[in-house]
Amino acid sequence: MRGRSRPLDRALLAAAIVVAISASPLSLAAHEGGSAAGLFAGLFHPVSGLDHVLAMVAVGIWGAQLGAPAIWVLPVTFPMVMAFGGMAALLGLGLPGVELGIGLSALLLGAMVAFEQRPDLRVAIGLVGFFAVFHGHAHGTELPEGQSGLFYSIGFVVSTGLLHALGIGIGEVRRFSWGAPALRVAGGAIAIGGIWFTLGGVSG
Amino acid sequence: MTTLRIPAHLVTTGLGPMFDGFGHVMVTPEDLLPVVALALLAGLGGKAYGRRVLFTLPVFWLVGGLVGMALGWALPFAAAALSFLVLGGLVAADRPFEARVGTGLAVALGLVHGQMTGVEMGEAGLGLTGLFGTVGTLFVLVSLVTGLVVSLKRDWMRICVRVAGSWIVAVGLLYVGWTLSGRG
Repeated sequence: MRGRSRPLDRALLAAAIVVAISASPLSLAAHEGGSAAGLFAGLFHPVSGLDHVLAMVAVGIWGAQLGAPAIWVLPVTFPMVMAFGGMAALLGLGLPGVELGIGLSALLLGAMVAFEQRPDLRVAIGLVGFFAVFHGHAHGTELPEGQSGLFYSIGFVVSTGLLHALGIGIGEVRRFSWGAPALRVAGGAIAIGGIWFTLGGVSG
Repeated sequence: MTTLRIPAHLVTTGLGPMFDGFGHVMVTPEDLLPVVALALLAGLGGKAYGRRVLFTLPVFWLVGGLVGMALGWALPFAAAALSFLVLGGLVAADRPFEARVGTGLAVALGLVHGQMTGVEMGEAGLGLTGLFGTVGTLFVLVSLVTGLVVSLKRDWMRICVRVAGSWIVAVGLLYVGWTLSGRG
């Protein structure tokens, strides 16, 4: 098989990259407070808030329901616009109703999944991007004192992306006969959670 | 104007300046992420572009490093931020581009980030030996990442690479925010 890469070759290459990074001084940096602590703070922050988790998973599920190209366009759009919201917050630009926006994101994205809505791709991107600003503004800047902002950002973005991947994985059950109704139920559950957080945003 | 000073990322391995230089890129996300982005882009561009980047980037990084050590001028942080945004954005877009543009990106990244590395190496006293260590790491890193991406055949695997590009853009935007706010 000269000239063609076999799956085993690729697996070995991927393993080599993982080993190279694991054996690098980055691993040793775990003993240094600023960098590694910032990375782990960023990794764990998105999963520490159910509002963020629900919305991220809903983006992934909705993308899977919509199929290509939305299945990857939505998860590509979200982190970039979310980071834009985070940057705006860091630069001191205010955004009214942040908590309300986050609650509404879970509510509306869950509803999209529950009702299997299939709008034009540009509308879907606009909706996801709009809510991403609120998530970035609220969560992208919550850096604990004395930790590295850049490492925190890496962890935060990767963790958010993995939540999208989780949503896509869940959404792929649509291939089974029972999958579509199960996803609608999941979307309903997310929307109910969104109502809870929206009410919290209104009262708070 | 904010300048890029990242001496905290210069690690001391205890094995001498060559190995300190090896470790430098791996603990400096300001350098590591743009290099990974370029390697991903090179892989998406195919074997020929990948080979060109594999040799162009380390050579121009070395040139930039020598200039940095000689002059000792720290560059504005915007130079590193642009690397995140431009290279990550090109990976996310996955659009074909001219060979000259692709090579130019590798040259620009090498010169700009090499210059920053050179300043840090000079300040830390690692000198040319440390710079060679960093360049060696770049060669290995680019060959591994580019080789992996070139070997990807399925469409969804290329999409995963594009998603990684969008993550680099996102980190770059936040990096701009942290730096300008003085909280990074």
